[in-house]
Amino acid sequence: MAKVLVVTSGKGGVGKTTTTAALGAALAQRGDKVVVVDFDVGLRNLDLVMGAERRVVFDLINVVQGVAKLPQALIKDKRLENLWLLPASQTRDKDALTEEGVGKVIDELRARFDWVICDSPAGIERGASMAMRFADEAVIVTNPEVSSVRDSDRIIGMLDSKTVRAEKGERVEKHILITRYDPSRAARGEMLTIEDILEILATPLLGIIPESQDVLRASNVGTPVTLSNADGAPARAYIDAARRLCGDTVPMQVPTERKGFMDRLLRRRAA
Amino acid sequence: MSMGLLRLLRGNKASAPVARERLQILLAHERGMRGQPDLLGVLREEILAVVSKHVMLDPTKVIVRLERGDEVSTLEVDIEVPNDFERKKVAVA
Repeated sequence: MAKVLVVTSGKGGVGKTTTTAALGAALAQRGDKVVVVDFDVGLRNLDLVMGAERRVVFDLINVVQGVAKLPQALIKDKRLENLWLLPASQTRDKDALTEEGVGKVIDELRARFDWVICDSPAGIERGASMAMRFADEAVIVTNPEVSSVRDSDRIIGMLDSKTVRAEKGERVEKHILITRYDPSRAARGEMLTIEDILEILATPLLGIIPESQDVLRASNVGTPVTLSNADGAPARAYIDAARRLCGDTVPMQVPTERKGFMDRLLRRRAA
Repeated sequence: MSMGLLRLLRGNKASAPVARERLQILLAHERGMRGQPDLLGVLREEILAVVSKHVMLDPTKVIVRLERGDEVSTLEVDIEVPNDFERKKVAVA
């Protein structure tokens, strides 16, 4: 049974696209058939993060408007057999996303894939509401910082009222994914704690992704972080998060600070 | 070394508890507002409709404002009526 998962946040720059690519690749590596869909019409970036920017011919808007058939617009990943991308349009505006058109495309994707992962644009406008409209589950990407938590709360309110499931009296299953977590700042009391965020948002935790160079490096080369450095801390955290999405019970790893000089020395030797 | 001691030596307080408290207060307020119809917008529309039955009005010159006070709040309605306002003939059949 196909699942439609929206990756959303309200706030920009918190890591939605990185998360979409990383979870998509992690789920595909488990053997599930996955499509990642970019809803950021006019400002598409998922193609770039996935390393498929030069292979885009048709896009989501073309399919919504019937200019292209779905198989013509789907881009197959070059690394993973089960992973596909449906890019957003770079030139059209978000008003081209009609509810009826998007609903049809989502239905077609449901029939072909196990996971349909919708990468939401920032904000609460049409693109964001269309990305979440047909979702069964939601990953709310949150940074441990006041404005991000506030926006996540707003998005949770929308997921509980503006989705097809909410209107039918059903629930969209929601998960918080904390990204850009900096253990040293957390230890110094300079960053909202995991407990604070979960208590305020009253939503279960899917995973904690530590702030890391790996993420920037992955986007630089156009590879999901779970593939570019699969042994790195963010990749491991994303792979665990993907397992939890599939219903596995995986103990939560709270990223910890590297201790001191000796530890760093040993770490370097070990690497 | 304990983080508390480290902080004491540096002399600065952790800011995260402040963030947490501010968020809790703000979100309690925002959640209360959510889902309610826009009260001021509705009032404005209805006041405009009532007054327009009798007087020609420029809809942009109707301002409805709510000032929150500690004890009571004040609803301020400011309607600008042109001096040579034209009395509408109330069409009564």
